[in-house]
Amino acid sequence: MEKIVLPDIPNFDKIEVYKKHGGFGAAKKAFKMTSDDVIDTVKKSGLRGRGGAAFSAGLKWSFMPKTTDKPKYLCINGDESEPGSFKDRQIFEYNPFQLIEGILITCYAIGAKSAYIYIRGEYHKWVKLMQEALETAYKDGFVGEKMKKTFGTDFSCEIYIHKGAGAYICGEESSLMNSLEGHRGYPRIKPPFPASKGLWGCPTTINNVETITNVPKIIEKGWEWFSKIGAEKHPGTILYGISGHVNKPGVYERPSGTLLLDLINNEAGGVIGNKKIKCVIPGGSSMPPLRGDQLEGIKMDADSLRAAGSAIGTAGIMVMDEDTNLLKVLLRISRFYHHESCGQCTPCREGTGWLEKTLRRLDSGNGTSADLDLLISVANNIEGNTICALGEAAAWPVKFMVDRFRDEFEKYVKTDVVIPVNNKVHSMRNTANPLANIKH
Amino acid sequence: MAFKFTEENTRRIDLARKKYPTALAAIMDTVWIAQEQNGYISDEVMTEIALILGIDKVQVLSVVTFYTMYFTKPMGKHHVQVCTNVSCMLRGGAEIYDEVSKSLGLEHLGVSTDGKFSLEEVECMGSCGTAPMIAVNEDYYENLDKDKALEIIKSLQ
Ligand SMILES: Cc1cc2nc3c(=O)[nH]c(=O)nc-3n(C[C@H](O)[C@H](O)[C@H](O)COP(=O)(O)O)c2cc1C
Ligand code: SF4
Ligand code: FES
Repeated sequence: MEKIVLPDIPNFDKIEVYKKHGGFGAAKKAFKMTSDDVIDTVKKSGLRGRGGAAFSAGLKWSFMPKTTDKPKYLCINGDESEPGSFKDRQIFEYNPFQLIEGILITCYAIGAKSAYIYIRGEYHKWVKLMQEALETAYKDGFVGEKMKKTFGTDFSCEIYIHKGAGAYICGEESSLMNSLEGHRGYPRIKPPFPASKGLWGCPTTINNVETITNVPKIIEKGWEWFSKIGAEKHPGTILYGISGHVNKPGVYERPSGTLLLDLINNEAGGVIGNKKIKCVIPGGSSMPPLRGDQLEGIKMDADSLRAAGSAIGTAGIMVMDEDTNLLKVLLRISRFYHHESCGQCTPCREGTGWLEKTLRRLDSGNGTSADLDLLISVANNIEGNTICALGEAAAWPVKFMVDRFRDEFEKYVKTDVVIPVNNKVHSMRNTANPLANIKH
Repeated sequence: MAFKFTEENTRRIDLARKKYPTALAAIMDTVWIAQEQNGYISDEVMTEIALILGIDKVQVLSVVTFYTMYFTKPMGKHHVQVCTNVSCMLRGGAEIYDEVSKSLGLEHLGVSTDGKFSLEEVECMGSCGTAPMIAVNEDYYENLDKDKALEIIKSLQ
């Protein structure tokens, strides 16, 4: 199978090697097309976003206004902070020029003159690598003013790197824009959407690093070629990041729609010690967890995963073996979202706190069956009631983990209730446990 | 003593400003540069950042306190970050955190009295495929176990 995003070519991160393999040829080709044709090609290719929501890239670009007196911007989302995701850093390290070429083509298509690559602050090394690649591209005339000469076009654009400083929420697109503008990373209420009011109030497109790295190949080889790879409605390859209890964790580029169990058992070398799988989170920690005994036949693409009761997210596959304590896993996940909630919306700010607190109570052995229902009820009250999708990200793992693994969670529940107050009748009213279990 | 950017850093801030249509947008770059020079963002540093960018000091304060990687107090020379998020936890990250914490005698965000070490329990660092991991200042150490992690700490002592 041909790899699109991370080809097996040694030293592909060197510009000479990249050029030798046809690098920057796609941009040259794109600049001879009309921008509408470029958008149309990407739309027809079926390329969908790799940053979480799997939205059609070409369609998103077509939302950009054609006529405006304002500058337009492209933002590349390299915040990559979703637990279980570690794919974009591979692109920064092994294929930076294809990302740069993808940015050039996208800027041309949407009419942007400036692009920002937002990279998470922890990625010091990858910020440096990307900065070096960018400087080389500038020097050789592939970005900036000189590109007019190199490519023989009137079009030129500037690419800048913006370094984050440790906030998961800045991966959310409107938070990312606030962060870039120099504000706190608070998500914005939508609408207006970025295509009408984005960076500095100007039309803006935001795409994930992997999404944009696909673009040059689509232009080079045509949309028909791309649309035939992998799952029909979510074509192309996907960088699957497999982590947890597997023998060979890592990033594997395979066609979309590859069987989840194939990825785990063949690519990632199977579960350590040949143990059974208890649970898999297929798309980064925000996505609904799946039961290990129900993985047969599940394919890794947006629609198949939705049908299976989860979502593709960032395709970060976390594998947990049969000995895993799911309560501890869920507590850790909830701690994360509580910590990362920006605090703007009450349901998210308070709800994530309640989730963590309730899970802690269960973990300390003092939780009751009613707490399991409480968890689901709190999660339901967060979902759909917040400004940004961190609300769902916090709610889904809890809701689906507790529901799908109720049998396991019941094991952590205390069955006999010791009533700590004198007013027994009052206390009994507050417990969902059978009265027979209450010690007097 | 009032904080002043070095000449070289003043130049870097000028370059950062050219990336954006507003001076405010250069704030994150500027705070990074300041932290590199001063180790942490003190009140004087914030005053100077506000001055050099021509923005309100409260804007600097609001940004500095939002992001976890900006420090408002001096941290250790070696800032040890241990990831305990899920993928690391599944492969022993939490135990590594406990061991490192014990060996340094530090809690989350604690700084040793000699100023040599500080410790932070961090969220996913994007090394889940090479978990568990720790980072010391800007460098990642991956595919660790307890012994390897402690060895790294020892080599810094
Ligand atoms: C809380 C939260 C965190 C997110 N983090 C990221 C991220 O780190 N990287 C990313 O590409 N998208 C992230 N997203 C999705 C972005 O908002 C946006 O949909 C995406 O960058 C669009 O790019 P795409 O269409 O190419 O996928 C996040 C969304 C939410 C709600
Ligand atoms: S949902 Fe949470 S993270 Fe998103 S804006 Fe509201 S409080 Fe902030
Ligand atoms: S969970 Fe530790 S690096 Fe991702």
